[in-house]
Amino acid sequence: MKVIKHSFDGVIVGAGGAGLRAAIEAAPHMKLAVITKLYPTRSHTGAAQGGMSAALANVEEDNWNWHAFDTVKGSDYLADQPAVDILCKEAIDSVVELEHWGLPFSRLENGKIAQRRFGGHTVKEGEAPAFRACYAADRTGHMILQTLYQKCVSMGVTFFDEFQVLDIKIDDGVCKGVIAYEVATGDIHIFEARAVTFATGGFGKIYKVSSNAHSLTGDGPGILYQKGIPLEDMEFYQFHPTGIYRLGILLSEAARGEGGILRNKDGERFMERYAPSIKDLAPRDMVSRAIATEISEGNGAGPNNDFVYLDLTHLGAETIKQKLPDITDFVRTYVKIEPINDPIPVQPTAHYAMGGIPTDVNAKVLSDETGTVLPGVYSAGESACVSVHGANRLGTNSLLDIVVFGKRAGQSMVDYVSSTKPMTLSDNAAEDLTNKIENLMEKDHSLEFSVPRIREELQDTMEENAKIFRTEESLEKQTEILSDLRDRYQNVTISDKGKVFNTELLEAIELEYLLDMSDTTVASALHRKESRGAHSRVDHVERDDKNWLKHSFAFKNGDSVKLEYKDVELGNYEPKERKY
Amino acid sequence: MDVKVNILRYNPETDRKGHWEEYILEADPDERILDLLHKVKWFDDGSLAFRRSCAHGVCGSDAMVVNGENMLACQVLVKEVSTPIKIEPIRGLPVIKDLVVNMDSFFDSYKKVMPYLINDGEPGERERLQSPEDRDRFEDTTKCILCAACTTSCPVFWTADTYVGPAAIVNAHRFVFDSRDNASKQRLEILKDVDGAFRCRTAFNCTSACPRGIQVTKAIEDVKRETLTIN
Ligand SMILES: Cc1cc2nc3c(=O)[nH]c(=O)nc-3n(C[C@H](O)[C@H](O)[C@H](O)COP(=O)(O)OP(=O)(O)OC[C@H]3O[C@@H](n4cnc5c(N)ncnc54)[C@H](O)[C@@H]3O)c2cc1C
Ligand code: SF4
Ligand code: FES
Repeated sequence: MKVIKHSFDGVIVGAGGAGLRAAIEAAPHMKLAVITKLYPTRSHTGAAQGGMSAALANVEEDNWNWHAFDTVKGSDYLADQPAVDILCKEAIDSVVELEHWGLPFSRLENGKIAQRRFGGHTVKEGEAPAFRACYAADRTGHMILQTLYQKCVSMGVTFFDEFQVLDIKIDDGVCKGVIAYEVATGDIHIFEARAVTFATGGFGKIYKVSSNAHSLTGDGPGILYQKGIPLEDMEFYQFHPTGIYRLGILLSEAARGEGGILRNKDGERFMERYAPSIKDLAPRDMVSRAIATEISEGNGAGPNNDFVYLDLTHLGAETIKQKLPDITDFVRTYVKIEPINDPIPVQPTAHYAMGGIPTDVNAKVLSDETGTVLPGVYSAGESACVSVHGANRLGTNSLLDIVVFGKRAGQSMVDYVSSTKPMTLSDNAAEDLTNKIENLMEKDHSLEFSVPRIREELQDTMEENAKIFRTEESLEKQTEILSDLRDRYQNVTISDKGKVFNTELLEAIELEYLLDMSDTTVASALHRKESRGAHSRVDHVERDDKNWLKHSFAFKNGDSVKLEYKDVELGNYEPKERKY
Repeated sequence: MDVKVNILRYNPETDRKGHWEEYILEADPDERILDLLHKVKWFDDGSLAFRRSCAHGVCGSDAMVVNGENMLACQVLVKEVSTPIKIEPIRGLPVIKDLVVNMDSFFDSYKKVMPYLINDGEPGERERLQSPEDRDRFEDTTKCILCAACTTSCPVFWTADTYVGPAAIVNAHRFVFDSRDNASKQRLEILKDVDGAFRCRTAFNCTSACPRGIQVTKAIEDVKRETLTIN
């Protein structure tokens, strides 16, 4: 295998919103490379629809403290409150900065940035839904991604497009660089770099029905987990209430922000029963549970009673065209329904990882539950867990998270690089990886051990046993299944033995990350004997602040998972019962 | 139902040139063309190469030629195309393997038009104001996902690959008509060049190819007209 060596001060892995924002901060101050397995503009940030929150108060009175209150309450009090304060306070300048860089936000008549309502965002600590989400129609993520990429182009940032990072080099607890695979040629590239940021996005592909792209396989968290870094709060995975039935393609909460209503098979607006004050705009964990409950009680629609309706028919053609053009197009394209006239079949879809690589508020990666910093390694965006989302993220807070903490990751890289000397890696630094790849290439292919077979079983069983409602029994069953899949993975085989665009090889490597993400999700969920936010235990229905106001840290321990815990950092808001 | 699919295969490590392979697949009429490609890759021949990520028409990875027309494989359903379904890489860019082409020259053209907001003025502490009407003038061209379906459907681009192509002009349009931008003149100078907007012969292929429904030809016409206003 051809091995090529590069020398940089800093490397950013991932070119979604978080990676690009970090790059803008770091590029002027160091020799920087952004390495991305997709062309930057194809990152899944581009799929985000509804908006990005900031208390701009363009439509009505608002302030960042209310935003912080909503975020903490939405998180079911698991978010670290000092981090939430940073998120909500810096939101305002972050939106303004994006506008200055050219982001084409939708506008109000007076020329200011338009804002809309979104689930869980309220004024005056719960009084009424707030107009806080800044948006560009229903393609806000697309505009953020394009704007940040455009800014990087204008700055001449160095990109390695379609290079997939497969390993990090940490010697004696210090970061020295990463190893990447060039998709087009199969060559191996050693990148010397003393500051490395992982901004690799989420891992929704552990479930069968998901709003996530095929590429969202948890690479950053997987690479670090395999090196002994723990993953935080993995039991908290968000299911978005409105995915298109069976396909999982997302229909943004903006649809309900603009007035859309959920109905069961009888046409009943069932959210009135579950969240009397804000109804359809309750936070996602609650709405997804309500849908799952309606379905299990026989109130679902269709021949199998397994979906509910998202009704937009009363919004009018003009609002739909102006404010929800893309998502209504998805409905027309994939299910051939005209949302202006007919309600849309929806079901909860696996959407967002609250958990991930533990970091402090400066995006520094922590290597244990006591807060030990891993020098030179950073993470931001969906791959990281700060934690600002706690047990349940509010809509629009992730696009915010990626820019606020992406910027902080970039700043931390600058601080570190300016106070340390370059690192070197030996020419055989890629040996572990090349051995792994050669090993995969040499094995004879057998269908039983093929990537799609193992992955399909993984996704089907995670969907069945570790989704919205969980029990000790379902989680124990899944633990066994995962251990069996892990055994089979040891023998995984591929049929493509070539060098050029061998995506089968890369899918095989990604499958290991998916197994890691599933193992940690299930183990953390099994241990947490309470229900909080997105984690609902049918056998432990109450939230238990006395024992569980804690973040979980899942460590790799051979082929099993070891759990440690860390107290939540509280602030202005004492945990209260969460009612809407 | 059974669907017959023909894919133009090419592996640079073993083939001197491309050749057609036929696959008979069990498929549901509501499935995407992309699902068919996955069936081949996952259950028949793991070496089949194509790009994809989002699977719902927003990332721009999987533009290809299906039954002679450019489209995103994830945006078209089996029931919407006639069989046998013929799938080839987009034209005019060098093929790397199977349905994957080298995008370098495409992105180089994009970068040539300075695709970023240029405004040296002091923006102030809050957002710049822009009226909804001013915002509307470039709404259409903000939707571009850089999939290259337009550029690689253009007969001018096939014969003159130095032509910047529709996608680059669309991205210039996005800034030329943005009231906040000050560098239209520089961009229009670039597009006045021999390889710029006037190469366009209004074949309209680009407009029909665009999976985002952008009025590409109209955007090119807008840019041509604007070019005449600078001296
Ligand atoms: C359909 C949808 C709609 C959403 N809508 C909203 C919304 O309205 N508001 C909101 O706040 N949030 C929304 N979210 C959530 C939000 O969009 C994401 O959480 C956020 O965009 C993640 O950004 P990121 O930069 O962390 O990762 P991504 O944008 O996913 O980027 C990941 C990057 O990492 C790269 N990468 C991954 N692995 C590797 C590797 N091994 N080597 C090299 N590169 C690698 C990829 O190429 C990519 O560039 C939505 C999410 C989805 C799925
Ligand atoms: S204009 Fe349309 S076809 Fe052309 S690159 Fe952009 S999205 Fe693709
Ligand atoms: S896979 Fe993203 S556009 Fe088709």
